[in-house]
Amino acid sequence: MSEPREGGLAVIRRGLKLSPSITDGLAVTLLLALVSTAGGAVIPIVVRNAIDDGLGDPSGVDTGQIAGYIGLAAVVIVAIMLTGWWSKVRIFTSTERGLTELRVQAFRHVHDLSMLTQNTQRRGALVSRVTSDVDQISQFLQFTGMMMITSVGQMIVATVVMAALSWQLTLVVLVAFIPLALALKYFAAAMSRAYDRVRHSVGEMLAVIAEPVVGASVVRSYGIEARTQDRIDHAVRTNYRNNIRAQSITAGTFGSAIIVGGLANAGVLGIGLWLGMLDQLSMGTVIAFIFLVGLFTGPAQQATQVISDAQNAISSWRRVIELLETPADVVDPGDTGRRLPEGELGARFDRVTFAYPGGPPVLHEIDVEIAPRERVAIVGETGSGKTTFAKLLTRLMDPVEGSVLLGGVDIAQVGFTELRRHVLMVPQEGFLFDATLAENLRYGRSDATDAELKEAIAALGLADWYAGLPRGLRTPVGQRGESLSAGERQLVALVRSALADPAFLVLDEATSAVDPQTELRATRALDRLLEGRTSVTIAHRLSTAENADRVLVFDAGRLVEDGHHRDLVKADGVYARLHASWVAQASLGA
Amino acid sequence: MSADALDTLSTPQADRLTRRGFAVMGVGIRREPAMFTLAVVFSLLFGVMTVADAWVLGWATDAVIRPSFERGEILTGAMWGGIGLFLGAALLRMIGVIGRRLIGGVVFYRLVRGDRLRVTRKYLQLPLRWHHRHPTGQLLSNANADVEATWSVFMPLPMAIGVVAMLVAAIGTMAAADPVLTLVGLVVFPLLFVVNAVYQRWQGPRLARAQSLRGDVSTVAHESFDGALVVKSLGREADETARFGRISEQLRDANIAVGRMRALFDPVIEALPNFGVLLVILIGASRISTGAAEPGDVVQVAFLFTVVAMPVRAFGWVLGELPRAVVGWQRVRHVLDDDAHMPYGDQLLPGGGALRLDVEHLEYSHPDAPGVPVVRDVSFTVPAGRVTALVGSTGSGKSTLTSLVTRLVDPDAGEVRYDGLPVTTLSQQGLTEAVALVPQSTFLFDDTVRANIVLDRDVSDERVWEVLRDVQADGFVAALPEGLDTQLGERGTSLSGGQRQRIALARALVRSPRLLVMDDATSALDPEVEQRILRALARRSESGAGPTVLVVAYRKATIGLADEVIFLVDGRIADRGPHQDLRERSSAYRNIVDAYDQAREEVDHE
Ligand SMILES: Nc1ncnc2c1ncn2[C@@H]1O[C@H](COP(=O)(O)OP(=O)(O)OP(=O)(O)O)[C@@H](O)[C@H]1O
Ligand SMILES: Nc1ncnc2c1ncn2[C@@H]1O[C@H](COP(=O)(O)OP(=O)(O)OP(=O)(O)O)[C@@H](O)[C@H]1O
Ligand SMILES: [Mg+2]
Repeated sequence: MSEPREGGLAVIRRGLKLSPSITDGLAVTLLLALVSTAGGAVIPIVVRNAIDDGLGDPSGVDTGQIAGYIGLAAVVIVAIMLTGWWSKVRIFTSTERGLTELRVQAFRHVHDLSMLTQNTQRRGALVSRVTSDVDQISQFLQFTGMMMITSVGQMIVATVVMAALSWQLTLVVLVAFIPLALALKYFAAAMSRAYDRVRHSVGEMLAVIAEPVVGASVVRSYGIEARTQDRIDHAVRTNYRNNIRAQSITAGTFGSAIIVGGLANAGVLGIGLWLGMLDQLSMGTVIAFIFLVGLFTGPAQQATQVISDAQNAISSWRRVIELLETPADVVDPGDTGRRLPEGELGARFDRVTFAYPGGPPVLHEIDVEIAPRERVAIVGETGSGKTTFAKLLTRLMDPVEGSVLLGGVDIAQVGFTELRRHVLMVPQEGFLFDATLAENLRYGRSDATDAELKEAIAALGLADWYAGLPRGLRTPVGQRGESLSAGERQLVALVRSALADPAFLVLDEATSAVDPQTELRATRALDRLLEGRTSVTIAHRLSTAENADRVLVFDAGRLVEDGHHRDLVKADGVYARLHASWVAQASLGA
Repeated sequence: MSADALDTLSTPQADRLTRRGFAVMGVGIRREPAMFTLAVVFSLLFGVMTVADAWVLGWATDAVIRPSFERGEILTGAMWGGIGLFLGAALLRMIGVIGRRLIGGVVFYRLVRGDRLRVTRKYLQLPLRWHHRHPTGQLLSNANADVEATWSVFMPLPMAIGVVAMLVAAIGTMAAADPVLTLVGLVVFPLLFVVNAVYQRWQGPRLARAQSLRGDVSTVAHESFDGALVVKSLGREADETARFGRISEQLRDANIAVGRMRALFDPVIEALPNFGVLLVILIGASRISTGAAEPGDVVQVAFLFTVVAMPVRAFGWVLGELPRAVVGWQRVRHVLDDDAHMPYGDQLLPGGGALRLDVEHLEYSHPDAPGVPVVRDVSFTVPAGRVTALVGSTGSGKSTLTSLVTRLVDPDAGEVRYDGLPVTTLSQQGLTEAVALVPQSTFLFDDTVRANIVLDRDVSDERVWEVLRDVQADGFVAALPEGLDTQLGERGTSLSGGQRQRIALARALVRSPRLLVMDDATSALDPEVEQRILRALARRSESGAGPTVLVVAYRKATIGLADEVIFLVDGRIADRGPHQDLRERSSAYRNIVDAYDQAREEVDHE
């Protein structure tokens, strides 16, 4: 709240520019809405005329004239209904169209953000950008915003009518309402603070409620239910208190609008009579004013709520706009980008340095060239920068200094579609979508037939495993793939990448949970399948390094050794040490 | 409830829906009887005083305004009376509206708070297998949106009840003013009610459909952002956007359908009272001309229409909330009514130090794949202080066995015993003090390093550092910007895979468990680090100071530390014994544990 922000109107203007469908024909819609609002003044006018020309006329009632007024009023009311209906259909249709565009744009943008930017946000927060925030905006455009316009319209019309009837009584009414109008600013500010607190406590509450759901097995196996429940109770109670506080402010403003209405009525009666005696106004006018005061009370009651809803919606809109304007710091050059050579692909790191935002460098001036068709293994202690290297190689992040080249082309200049077609990284965590096995595999190649899927499974030596699945390709894998064992998830991810058939494959501990026999069978099969492709494999199991054409050894963010397994073992360096302990365990009992 | 299921909500179902909606209201009222009654009392006050306001206007017209104008002089006493009445009515209305909104809010938020606490308590009680069967997104929305949807009918409810009083009072004052004009009221008010009811009846299913599509949109977004890394590395952004676009467009169309219905009814509902006013004036004019009515009566009745029009909509709001309330309540009940729970015993394990683990004839099949046992007739014993390794190929049931042994899930048949005591007789505290499981996939809380390690224990920082040294994590934790107080972010994304795994190990070790179960918990560590950690552990166990250990492993060095190996094939113990013996007699075992050596030999032979 403290940092300077651009005003609400600017946000609305920018938001509208982002969703042009909303403003399609907006002028007509608003005009229709105003016409139907203006009609609201018809009743008090009819009442006044009917009274002055008939009801209150001691000399007798002119029924014919009254019928005339009423016929006219009926026509106006029907017209109001029609314009009201029409304007509402228009506003619903155009806002829903526009906001759906906005929703989808924002969704796409989240995926366009770099991995690092995505990680700075809670996933729940990103989800809110495309769900509740957009819903808030639509609520505002369809109801609150319309209500603001019609309320203001109603008050203006009422004021104009009042002024035409009697400027003195108009003053009386304004004098009663103006203090409230002035106080509204403070009410609205208090309300907006109260809602800020509510929103904040909702965020906290959602986060702690997620704990026993997302981390159910840790909560259970460590028996920390009591701690978890305490945290939830606290968050739920805080949220309750904040809601009640916000609610009392709304109740207060509703109440004050009513008492002010009462004051206005009393004033109209007293001063109206006094003016009437001076022959300044008619009896009908006095009564009509009391009807007109009603037109003020309604909007005044709602005003605080409306203003705070508007503020909420505007901050939602601002958040969505900010998301859309967060630069994708890993920029996609798009179709204008350079193309990668077809066929074999080599890679080069040109003095690449990388640091995570706000952290120290975790890779220092990496200079390395990987030849086409080379099968490279990367080893190093945990935290030495292997995964970071893999992410730079596949352009999930950009180097702080230096550049990464594929086939001689700086990958920063290659369009994403082109890049992903050639290079693929398989991360350690075999994330699967909550769908069937077949649908998950098709994430690798969307047009693959069932037969091709089965072929790919068999080609990786997994036919036995597949045969054990009672529902075959239609096996549901559960959310995040959790109905499969950890190793099985990784195998599915491996098949998925084989289907994608990249020219350059990067495996980051992609088989860490798979048993050695299956792992060797699958990775060898993958090697054969990807014959002629280039591959970079990160693994703690040094068997990978033993079989690789070349081994790169990382230590504390530096590339310290580079060569064939054979030579590195002799070199008596980091690799020799790592390998010795690998062999120590491998030869155990042999 | 899917959007399609809601399409079938035709009229007979809508009737049932309304009935069940009233049942939900009944539950809420019984939960907060005092506060609810208070809110209704305030609402009645408001309703009656609103009518009184109109009566004051009518009275003022006849007793103050008209006589004054006719006589040309103010009836001072009556005028002050009128002013006093206007102010008094307003004051009471104010009290009514403040009380209704405030106390009504208290009722609503208390109901929500109550169910939130109930649902989350239930989450903590329900067994893990229940959790696995339910999507995360659904459980989160049960505790949040669904709870709110259930009770949101209580926001307009007190007002709607107050409106009944208002209508009765309105008809009463009308009747007192002019019986003929009352007829207009008797036509218009019920008509208003009927139109509102028809509107909500038609709108209800549309609203429910939009609501459930909103849930779908959120589920797709949640999953897609969860798998963002996969989406990115496979270059599937466009396809994911298309998937999200399709569901968003369905939501858009559903919302437009809601909007069209609203656009149709809103103007009608707004216009009805206005027609009433016109009718009153028309009829009133002829009544006055025949001397049957006073102008004040006509004004008063006309004014009544304008003040009552808005509150009558509260009925519509109540009816409109009902479908949501019913759906929300069903979803909340689905959680609350599930009486699956893990019945804990009340025993604590006597003694201290490493414990003996006995496993007898365990059988288990996953609830969504019944009849396909993944653990079959498994029996073994791990003597106190010994290390046993669990070996088996991918998907052979190792992880399942570890969760049975630590009583995260209960077997379909068979028994697990610690020091001879069946685990089912242990209290939860007894259980969690005795065992610690390091799961295969690391889960870190969005909290500090320290909180992730100590969890609910009261542990000194010295002890935390000691354990961090044991798992060789002291170096990188010390290098973090705020050491133990560093926030790890959602799921610990700012750490490397091996670093996360070591925090999870520290979490288990800091509790000095008597039985330590590690499910492939060192897969992201270098062999060197893993060796150091495990050796230290085994040494301590040997000397009697460490825990009994059950470890899922593939690395031979790890297996070599074990006194016994259990070899699992398809959920069954295929063989067990010391590593050497197994190697000699089982070729399947050799194929797994010696896979790398065999590969190396092949390479060397080439
Ligand atoms: N998102 C991040 N923000 C800040 N620091 C990070 C982030 N990800 C990794 N790091 C740090 O960067 C360093 C290198 O991490 P990286 O993941 O590349 O290691 P690694 O060699 O792959 O380790 P492992 O073998 O454990 O997977 C580590 O010290 C880690 O703490
Ligand atoms: N929630 C579940 N629903 C249905 N089947 C499941 C579920 N979880 C696991 N399975 C199945 O049960 C079997 C055993 O799984 P488990 O996770 O115990 O294997 P594992 O031996 O630990 O494998 P890994 O070495 O890959 O970790 C697998 O075939 C798996 O597909
Ligand atoms: Mg497992």
